[in-house]
Amino acid sequence: MTRRRLVVEEIARVEGEGALDLEIEAGQVTVARLRIFEPPRLFEALLRGRDLREAPDIAARICGICPVAYQLGAAQAMERALGLCIEPSVRALRRLLYCGEWIESHALHVVLLHAPDFLGYPDAMQMARDHRAAVDAGLALKRFGNDVLRTLGGREVHPVNVRVGGFHRWPRADELDPLAARAAGARAQAVELLRWAARFDFPAIERDYAFVAMRDAQRYPLNEGRIVSSGGLDIDLDDFDRHFVEHQVPHSTALHAALRGHGPYLVGPLARYALNFDRLPAEVQALAREAGLGPVCRNPFRSILVRLLEVVYACGEVERLVADLRRAPAPLAPALTLRAGVGQGCTEAPRGLCHHRYAIDATGAITSARIVPPTSQNQASIEADLRELASRHLDASDEDLSALCERAIRNHDPCISCSTHFLRLTVRGR
Amino acid sequence: MATPARPKLAVWKFASCDGCQLSLLDVEADLLALADRVEIAHFAEATARDGPGPYDLSLVEGSVATARDAARILEVRARSKRLVTIGACATAGGIQALRNFANAAEFVAAVYPEPRTLDVLAEVTPIRDHVPVDFELPGCPVDRGQLLEVIAAMLAGRPPAIASHSVCVDCKLRGNTCVLVARGAPCLGPVTHAGCGAICPAYDRGCYGCFGPMETADPAALAKAWRRQGLADRDLRRALHAYCAAVEPFRSAGGDRDA
Repeated sequence: MTRRRLVVEEIARVEGEGALDLEIEAGQVTVARLRIFEPPRLFEALLRGRDLREAPDIAARICGICPVAYQLGAAQAMERALGLCIEPSVRALRRLLYCGEWIESHALHVVLLHAPDFLGYPDAMQMARDHRAAVDAGLALKRFGNDVLRTLGGREVHPVNVRVGGFHRWPRADELDPLAARAAGARAQAVELLRWAARFDFPAIERDYAFVAMRDAQRYPLNEGRIVSSGGLDIDLDDFDRHFVEHQVPHSTALHAALRGHGPYLVGPLARYALNFDRLPAEVQALAREAGLGPVCRNPFRSILVRLLEVVYACGEVERLVADLRRAPAPLAPALTLRAGVGQGCTEAPRGLCHHRYAIDATGAITSARIVPPTSQNQASIEADLRELASRHLDASDEDLSALCERAIRNHDPCISCSTHFLRLTVRGR
Repeated sequence: MATPARPKLAVWKFASCDGCQLSLLDVEADLLALADRVEIAHFAEATARDGPGPYDLSLVEGSVATARDAARILEVRARSKRLVTIGACATAGGIQALRNFANAAEFVAAVYPEPRTLDVLAEVTPIRDHVPVDFELPGCPVDRGQLLEVIAAMLAGRPPAIASHSVCVDCKLRGNTCVLVARGAPCLGPVTHAGCGAICPAYDRGCYGCFGPMETADPAALAKAWRRQGLADRDLRRALHAYCAAVEPFRSAGGDRDA
């Protein structure tokens, strides 16, 4: 019986180092692996002994593309450990900062990493020769997101302004206003890109994902909320460990995660959208319908459209949040009273739900840390995508099948740098 | 008439967060212009093209943390006419070098249930510990303007115009009030390499040293200044052992083990 083996040693246009293994035997896909060989950086170990106030800046170094996700998750966890009450204006400014990161990260993925797959180019630079307007619009959007980060945080990558309890410096009106002034233009560019991408040829596949995302009391979720699933789960972020479990697999330096009683699940734009469609403003919902999407999207290739809808939404949020913040007085920085305890934090990183848990002692030193990033949660679902797609295209040439499988991975915008160095601090027998 | 061959640029990732290569994509408006002037021969994050080399310029992000990567950097060097490290990881070890001051095996066991399946070296090292390096650009992350300057200089065969003084000089130029003297904020500015533009003091906090040591850094003198402000030696040691702990004088001044 013939055995067919495909290997892609270095998956291009993803963040970090991963490879792809596919084996087909007797007409069956026997192996479908996203093999992650990114060197582990062991954040959860090196955070021990550090002061809790250092956690946001250190955790940011997990990922250069979504550092704010790690800063906000760490800050929130420490604030909960200390019992600090965070003022609405601080939460609003954090949401604004996070919108900048969503716009920057999604624009990067949509135009530089994902779109070339649909149009048959090796990269966006080549694509720009024929689609210059779209690439320019994507880069301009990315710049807008980066400018939000730079204004509020001093720089685009690893901004410096988030701290436990709030911000080091509150932005001035003359810093905030230009962001609001540019938001409508950025939003219009995102709508144009959405209409451009909606015309792509999307492979037909519908996957039966178990979606997991946050749900905010009023708005589309970013930096706070409960954790919900398409299977009816609805829990406080402190109950994460009771429902999710992680385990090591030999082919990856990222630990896999599973939903107890179900198995693989998906976090990220498709999950957020499916579980929070009703939280999107009517005009964003209308744009979704115009782009051919219903309230739930199960085709991973169409995630490019969902990312663009989230960019449209985030641009609108920039305008709204600046207006709100202009009316709010700068908050007083709360005093930190140290005490021993455990704190958890959870936010929606651009790539999906990201959960932190820290224990601290009475001197403010971190005694244990555990961070569950989105990509390690998605690994099992990504591999299930690979398996299903490959099964449907067994007659394709090796080259075409490899290319299709690489696309299946890029659909989920895996951040491989983020995904390694994770999981449990205390080793449980398994 | 045939157009002259464009210089070949390669970008490589080792143990890192991707932020420094992202800084290259963050040049947005200049990105397409750059792609016209150089041939991007290898840059996995940005393109599926993979040219074989030799490369006129290799930019290396990340530090060496595995046996596989210790072998790979030799290959990259052999295929590169010029090699420049970009960022704190490649230049000074990065945050992951904190494991050099602890027991690496215990560190791995703290994170992974089955540590034996992992390829992890006992020490995380900067690129210069493995191969000759033509220029080191510091920063966590690098400044994107400096990154473009280094690329332009290397391709022109001239030394990059990158100042090697401390953050304090840039801080004065920016017109910041000194946060260490005026407010007693813990600040590493006097020993830290310039390049960021003194961002942290402009955001009302002390510099945390993410650009690593300046050329003639004197942590002992800084310790005196910290003491005058009532700041603890222990806190200074811990601050020095963060993003650039694998190089002197931060390595020694931070103590053998974290306090």
